[in-house]
Amino acid sequence: MLVVGLGHYLTVSAILLVLGVFGIFLNRKNVIVILMSVELILLAVNLNLVAFSAALNDLAGQVFAMFVLTVAAAEAAIGLAILVTYFRNRGSIQVEDVNLMKG
Amino acid sequence: MTNWTTMNWTLAIPEIVLSCFAMAILVFGALWKRESFRMCSMMAVGALLVTAMLVVSNSSGIGYRGLFTNDSFSGFIKLLVLVSSALGIIVSLDYAEHENLRRFEFPVLIMLCTVGMMIMASASNLMTLYLGLELQSLAIYVLAAFARDQLRSSEAGLKYFVLGALASGLLLYGISLIYGFSGSMAFDRLATALSDPTKASPGLIVGIVFVIAGLAFKISAVPFHMWTPDVYEGAPTPVTSFMGTAPKVAAMALLVRAMATPFGHLLPQWQQLIVLVSIASMLLGSLAAIGQTNIKRLMAYSSIGHMGYTLIGLAAGTAVGIRGVLIYLVTYVFMNAGTFACIIAMRRRGRMLEKVSDLSGLAKTDPGLAAALMIFMFSMAGIPPFTGFWGKYFIFTAAVQSGLWTLAVIGVLTSVIGAYYYLRIIKVMYFDEAHEAFDPRPGSLTFVGGVSAIFTTVFFLFPAPLVGAAEAAARVLFG
Repeated sequence: MLVVGLGHYLTVSAILLVLGVFGIFLNRKNVIVILMSVELILLAVNLNLVAFSAALNDLAGQVFAMFVLTVAAAEAAIGLAILVTYFRNRGSIQVEDVNLMKG
Repeated sequence: MTNWTTMNWTLAIPEIVLSCFAMAILVFGALWKRESFRMCSMMAVGALLVTAMLVVSNSSGIGYRGLFTNDSFSGFIKLLVLVSSALGIIVSLDYAEHENLRRFEFPVLIMLCTVGMMIMASASNLMTLYLGLELQSLAIYVLAAFARDQLRSSEAGLKYFVLGALASGLLLYGISLIYGFSGSMAFDRLATALSDPTKASPGLIVGIVFVIAGLAFKISAVPFHMWTPDVYEGAPTPVTSFMGTAPKVAAMALLVRAMATPFGHLLPQWQQLIVLVSIASMLLGSLAAIGQTNIKRLMAYSSIGHMGYTLIGLAAGTAVGIRGVLIYLVTYVFMNAGTFACIIAMRRRGRMLEKVSDLSGLAKTDPGLAAALMIFMFSMAGIPPFTGFWGKYFIFTAAVQSGLWTLAVIGVLTSVIGAYYYLRIIKVMYFDEAHEAFDPRPGSLTFVGGVSAIFTTVFFLFPAPLVGAAEAAARVLFG
C-alpha cells in the first residue's frame, strides 16, 4: 500500500507553486486570475509548512501557517480594493489594458 | 506567570507606542468633523519623534523568546526609518492640499508602514521577518494607489500589488524550505545548525535563493526591478519619495541581517549571488536612466543603481562592508528625500511637472531650488565633498579589502556613466533657456530640501558620530 510521506506533500506543493507562478506570468486575460494565482502560491507554502511541521514534530510551522492565512486574507482584501479603484478609472480589468506606463 | 519576565516585552515599547498612536490618530481623524489632514499629519510627525526618543532610550536584548532582537544595528536602522518617514509626511503636506488628497489616512498608513519596518529591523526569526515585511508592504500597496481617482496611481498600485504579492509568495516558499531543511525558524538556532557549511542541503540553498529573490524585489535590485520605474512614475510624488527611502532601508537591513546572522557561515554560497545582482543593478541603473525624460522614472533607475552599490558592501561580508552599507543608506535617504522635495516643488500654475526639460533655466528663476537640486545631483553622482562620494568611498574600500576588485572597478565605471545623467540635469538647470518661474514653494518643502542639502554638504566636516554609530551597528553582525 502506498504510504503518503513528506515527499508527496512537497511535490504537490511545488506543483501548486509552479501553477501559481505560471498563472501570473502566462495569464493574458483577467486580473482576478492573478489574485487567484497569488492565493495558490500562499496555499502551496501553507501545505509545505504544515507537512514540515508534522515531519519535524515541531509546532512552529503550524503557527506560521495560521499567520500566513491571516496575511493572505488581508492581502486579498487590499488587492480587491485596489482592483476596484482601478476598474473605476479604467473601466476594464483585462491584463493587456494595464499599460498606461511602459516598463 | 513567569512568562511575563522572560518575554521581555518592554523591548518592543517603541513599536507598541507607535501602533497605539497610529490607531488613536485614525480614530481621531474619523471622529473629527472638520478638515483633519493637516492636524493628523502633525500629530503623526510628533508620534514619530516620540518613538525615536523611545528607540534611543530603549535597552538592547532579546525579547519574545527570541522572536525580537534589539541591538545597535536595529537601533540605527529604526532611527533612520523614523526620520525618513517623518520627512515623507512633511513632504506630502503641501502636495495633498493641491492634488486633493487631503485624507487623514495618509499619515496613518505611513505610521503603520513604519511599525512594519521597525519590526523588520528587529526581526530575529523568519516569522517576525515575514510579518514585519507584510505589514510594511500592505501599507505601501495602498499608498501607491492613494490617488484613487487617477488612473496612473491606481495602475501603479495594481502593478505593485501583483508583483509584490508574487515576491512575498516566493519569499515565503523559501522560508518554508529553510524551515523544513534545517528544522528551525530562529536566526540563532539556524546559525548553530549551519555552522558546518558542508551540511547545508540543496533544499536549504534553494530556500535561501528564494528568500534573496523576495528581498531583492523589495529593494528593487535587478532582475526584480521591473516594477520600479512604473510604480515610481505612477504613484503620487510624496509616496514615491517615501517608497524610495524608508522601505528600501528596512528591506536592505533585513537582507543584511538575514544573510549575516543565520546564514553567515554560508557566505561563499550567497556571496556569488549578491555579486551578480549587484553588478546587474549597477549596470542597469546607470545605462537605462540615460534616455529618461521623466524625472521620476529617472530617479527610479537611479535608485536601482544605488541599491546595486549598497549590495557591494553586503557582498564584502565583513564588518567594514556592513558599515559601508549603513553609511550609504543614510546618505541615500537624505539625497533622495531632498531630490523629491525639489521634484514636488516643480509646479507651474498649479500643475505638477515631471519632465527634466521643465527644469530648464531654473537657476535664473529660482536660484535656491536650483542650488539644492545641484547639490543632490552632484552627491548622487559621487562627487566630493558631498555625502554620495563618502558613501561610495566606504563601500568601495570594503570591497577592495575583501578582494572583490572586479566589483569595485565595475562600481567606479558605472558611477562615471551615471554621472552623465545627473550632470545633464545640472546642465539643463544652469545653461538652458529659462521658462516661466515655478509657483512659490511652501515652507515644508524648503525645510526638507534645506535640511537634506545641509546634511549632504557638511557631512564631511563631522563624519565621526555617524561613522562611529555605523561601526558599532556593523560589529553586532560581524564581530
